[in-house]
Parts: sequence; structure tokens; C-alpha cells
Amino acid sequence: MFIMFRALWQYRYFVLSSIKNEFTTRFARSSLGGLWVIFNPLAQVAIYALILSNVLAAKIPNIGNQYSFAIYLTAGILAWSLFSDIITRCLNLFIAQGNLLKKVMFPKVVLPTIVVGTSLLDNFMLFISILGIFALLGHAPTIQILWLPILTLATLALGISFGLILGVLNVFIRDIGQAVPIILQIAFWFTPIVYPLSIIPESYRYLLYFNPMYPIVKGYQDVLVYGTAPEFTQISIILAISMVLLGFGFFLFQRASEEMADVL
Amino acid sequence: MSLLSVNNLGKAFKVYKSELHRVGRLIGLPIKPIEENWVLRHVNFDIEPGEAIGIIGQNGAGKSTLLKMITGTLSASEGNCVVNGRIAAILELGMGFNPELTGRQNVIHAAGLMGFSGEQIQQALPDIESFAEIGEYFYEPIRTYSSGMYLRVAFSVATAYRPEILIVDEALSVGDAYFQHKCFQRIREFQEQGTTLLIVSHDRSAIQGICDRAILLENGAVIKDGNPEETFDLYNAIIAEKENSTVDVKQLKDGRAQTSSGTGEARVTEIVLYNSKGEAAEFIGVGEQVKLCIKVKVRKDIENLVLGYGIKDRLGQVMYGTNTWHTDQSVKKPKAGEEYQFIITFPANLGVGSYSIQTALTNSDTHLTGNYEWRDLALVFNMINVEKTTFIGSLWSEPTITIEEITR
Repeated sequence: MFIMFRALWQYRYFVLSSIKNEFTTRFARSSLGGLWVIFNPLAQVAIYALILSNVLAAKIPNIGNQYSFAIYLTAGILAWSLFSDIITRCLNLFIAQGNLLKKVMFPKVVLPTIVVGTSLLDNFMLFISILGIFALLGHAPTIQILWLPILTLATLALGISFGLILGVLNVFIRDIGQAVPIILQIAFWFTPIVYPLSIIPESYRYLLYFNPMYPIVKGYQDVLVYGTAPEFTQISIILAISMVLLGFGFFLFQRASEEMADVL
Repeated sequence: MSLLSVNNLGKAFKVYKSELHRVGRLIGLPIKPIEENWVLRHVNFDIEPGEAIGIIGQNGAGKSTLLKMITGTLSASEGNCVVNGRIAAILELGMGFNPELTGRQNVIHAAGLMGFSGEQIQQALPDIESFAEIGEYFYEPIRTYSSGMYLRVAFSVATAYRPEILIVDEALSVGDAYFQHKCFQRIREFQEQGTTLLIVSHDRSAIQGICDRAILLENGAVIKDGNPEETFDLYNAIIAEKENSTVDVKQLKDGRAQTSSGTGEARVTEIVLYNSKGEAAEFIGVGEQVKLCIKVKVRKDIENLVLGYGIKDRLGQVMYGTNTWHTDQSVKKPKAGEEYQFIITFPANLGVGSYSIQTALTNSDTHLTGNYEWRDLALVFNMINVEKTTFIGSLWSEPTITIEEITR
């Protein structure tokens, strides 16, 4: 583990330049460039807001703003897009970089690190634009927004541990690459992002405790929509769980590093 | 301490009942693979600084696997490989290049992938740019490059820092002749400064020209580790051997190994070189008219008999070679028991040194289809300069030099 981080430190320059390159090349020759990063999630928000607002808007606790449903949606999507982004990128990471892994000797831990950096950058841009939109809609965030780094860290830890485990397994069992996007889609709808918690019947709500993203998304909504502090105990539990998962992810990653090149 | 020490190295690709078993094993379950395919086994050798080693073998012999294990991208299944120094591998030029980035950005990226820091990269950038010699294109996206320019940049960055071991896979066909010379020049400079070269190639002249040692791999094992000429002779014999023939290696008096192989329908029974006085000779004067007599015995009825021969220098580079297929003199339908004598006369316009003659009895143009007999070092002779102007090189090309003073 220690060696892994030392290698990472040695390659820090490469990690940074890769994140920069990935960002610039993704939008090379597109005139809107980096704006595309935020258009996708924002379009999602717009679609849900348009279609569902009449059905669900009334169920959102009033925050004294006619756009409260859009604001609620945006908060959830900020959390979810980071989580699903990391997992989706990690999923095919080793397969896509197979040729490189087979031919060039470099610490493999560099690859997921680049994913984390890129996703964080995208998420940060989305966050900035969301702040702008909130301002347009007349919704001012409170001081509670300072909780956001901790919430982001929890999302990151959860995302990277799932991503690492699934990405490694996908090298050996390719079905995982097909199954995960479907599962992510289902998980999205099983998390109260586009609908409020209140529409779930009381007797089924306990099921949400098996959804690790629920406390995090709820935290984002508390902080960004209602301006209240997140439930810290729940977030800490999720953080602890992610740390365990992350440990397992790194263990698997390290064990598999040797064998990965054989099957790629 | 040697630079690279390969000890009992082996690689097995494991086959599991299902991929679930493989994953189970990863997390520590006691699961055994149902099959192990050894692609490389019991490989041992040591490499000292400044050596140049050719690695040869047929496709699938395990060359690439060996190189990947030395580079470190593949892990060893048994044994180990101890490296004392940095390895640079030119296994594939331009790995990880992004077409949208400029040459300069790609160079920075590629050097970063090699593990260099920003500072080291900035230091080397001017050199890389000037070595590639692509002018302003260096600042353009590489999707606009010609393939030659792409390779120039890729080679420049791959060799920007002198490694302790440089691995070069396959012939270095980097761009135009001018740049190839530049590449070889750089590789030689590295070697002079103590870099060890590991070169994989099927190109005999490339290996014999650069390497002082060659390792022949066959079916995942080292079957020969010695001087490049002998190793290549054995390699050629093995290729020919695919025609269910035999390979025979005989030690000559001077310590060199004579390799002969073939299916044996015809054999060279005698080979003699006569000087201009008609005496069998071992020493030939530069420019002397000589006669090479090769007696061949046919042992089975065959369709066609072609004799090929080549004169090779000390390093095994062919100076001249041809065969009776090209001269349109193949012997049609020779019967078992018949004997032929081939008399070849030519002027020995060779430079001073030791030369050898290889012979091949085949049914057509190449020795790869019907190879009756292939014999390396069939005869060894020496060229001496008795009466000609002193010169160097392996070709005698007598000049006429006139000097005129230019008066204005």
C-alpha cells in the first residue's frame, strides 16, 4: 500500500497532466468546449423538472420558492452524477487501457487516480454552474454549504471503491461491464432524487437504509435545498463503510494487478 | 553485479474452469487452475553493461513474453528477473499518444508515463524537439502528422533519457533512411555510454551488425546463447527443419560451430576452393581468380536440384550469394546415386579477412520449401593482400585516382 502511494507521488506530474489532457482533448474541436460537461446533467434536470413538476412538485416541502422542485432535483443530481461518473469510468478503465498496461511499465494505481481527478473536476464545474442557476432562480445557499466537501469526499470514496472492485472484476468477467449500467439506472430510481422521500410508503422506507447513496443524496439536499446540516452520524457510517470497501478494492486491485495483463 | 539477471524464469498462462474461479483465487480461495500453459520456462541468462544482445526465434517462441517480463508488465510464474537500472522499451512507438494533442503535449505526456518529473521533462524538451526535426509541426496536433513524423516524435521521446537497458522490438523501421541512421547513431551512442541493448528482430544483418551475442528461443526455452552468426545459423536450420529434416551441429577446429540441416535427398560430399594456380588453397590473394568446386551426391529421385551458395564475412554478413535457379541451371529429375560437380569461378574481389562459404541444396529458389541440405561454414578461407594497394573494407574495388592542381 505504502509503495503504491509512493509510486503515485512519483507520477504526480503525469497524473496532473493526464487530467488536464483528458479535459482539453474531450472537447477539442467543439466550439462549446467544457460547457458540455455541465449540459448533460442540467438537461437531465430540465427534463425531469418539465415532465414531473406537475406530478411531484406539490410533494416537495415548501422552501418558499416556485422553483423548489428544480432546486431539489439539482441537488440530488449533483451527488448522483459524481457517483455514477466515477463508477462508469472505472468500469472499462483497465480494459480500455489494456494495451498500455501490457506494454508500458508504470504504477497501475495512476489510472484510477486520473479518473478521480477528472470526475472531481467535472463535478466542480457542475457545482459552480449550479450555484449560478440557483442565483437565477432566487435561491441562495446558506453557510451549511461548507458541509459539501465532506459530502463530496463520501461520494468519492463510495464511488471509487465500487468502481475499483467492479473495474477489476470486469477485466475477468466481462458481463459486469454490461450489467453495471443497468444496475446504476435502477439504483438511480431507487434513490429519492427525482421524487421526495414522502411518496414512499412508510412501511417500505426501511429499504432505503440498504442504499448507501441515500444518506449522501439526502445530505446534499439538506445542505443545498433546505440549508440544514446533514445527519452527521449517517454520513460517518457511510464514510466508514466506504473505507472498508475501499480497503477491499485496493486489496483486490493489488492482487489482480499481476494477473490483469495476462487476460487483457 | 550484472545489469540484468534472469533466473529460471518461467511464465504460465493459467486456465481456470471459469473466470469466477480465477476471481475466487484472487481473493484468496484455494482454487487450482485446470491447466497451465507454459509459454516460457527455465530461462537463464545474465547481461552485463554495454552488451548488445539479439533475441531471435520463430513467432510464438516466447520472445515478446520474455521482453514483457523483463520490462515488468508481465509477472513471472516462476523464477525471477533482477534488473539493476532503468529499462526503456521501444515495444510500440507512440503508445498512449493522443491525436488531438500537439507533438509537444504528447511528448510531455509520454515522458510523464515513463515516470519523469515536470522539471526533468522541461529540461529534455528542447533536445527532443531538435532530434525529431519536424519544425513547426511540433506545435500542431499529431493527427495532422504523416506517419513518419509521428514515428520521429515517438522515437525521440522514447530515447530522450539514456536507460541502462534499451529494449527494441522488431526492426527499427523508423521513417526515412536519414532518420533511421540517426536512430542507430543514438542507439550506438547509448551503447558506448554503457547501455545494454536487447534487440528482437528477424533481420539477420541488423542483429549481426549490432549485437555481439544472440539468444535463440524455441518453444519457450533458450536453445542457444552465443555468437550471433552461429545462433542465426541454427535458427535458419530450425526454420528449414520444419520439413521433417535433421539438424546437425558440428564443432570445427577453430571452435566455430558448423550447422547443417535438411531432408537429405541430396548431400554436398566435397567442397574445395582452388586458387589461380589450380591448387586447393586456404589463403587467397585479393582479386585472384578462384574456382569453387562443389560435389553433390543425389540419394533419392527428386524433381529438381538447385545449388545455392553464399560467401559470408567473419560476422556472417553475406558478401555475395546466388543459386542455380537464378542462373537457370537447375538439374532436372536427378536419379538416386547420381553425382554432380558444380564448378563456380569468380574473381575474389574481397577485402582482407576471414570468410566462409555456405551451401544450400534445394528444389527451387528458397531453402524454406524443399530443403535437401543446408550447410553453414561449409568452407572457411582467408583473404590476404599481397600485391594490391592497401585498403580497408570487405570489397576490393580498385580505384584510379588522379590529382590535378587547380590553377586560377
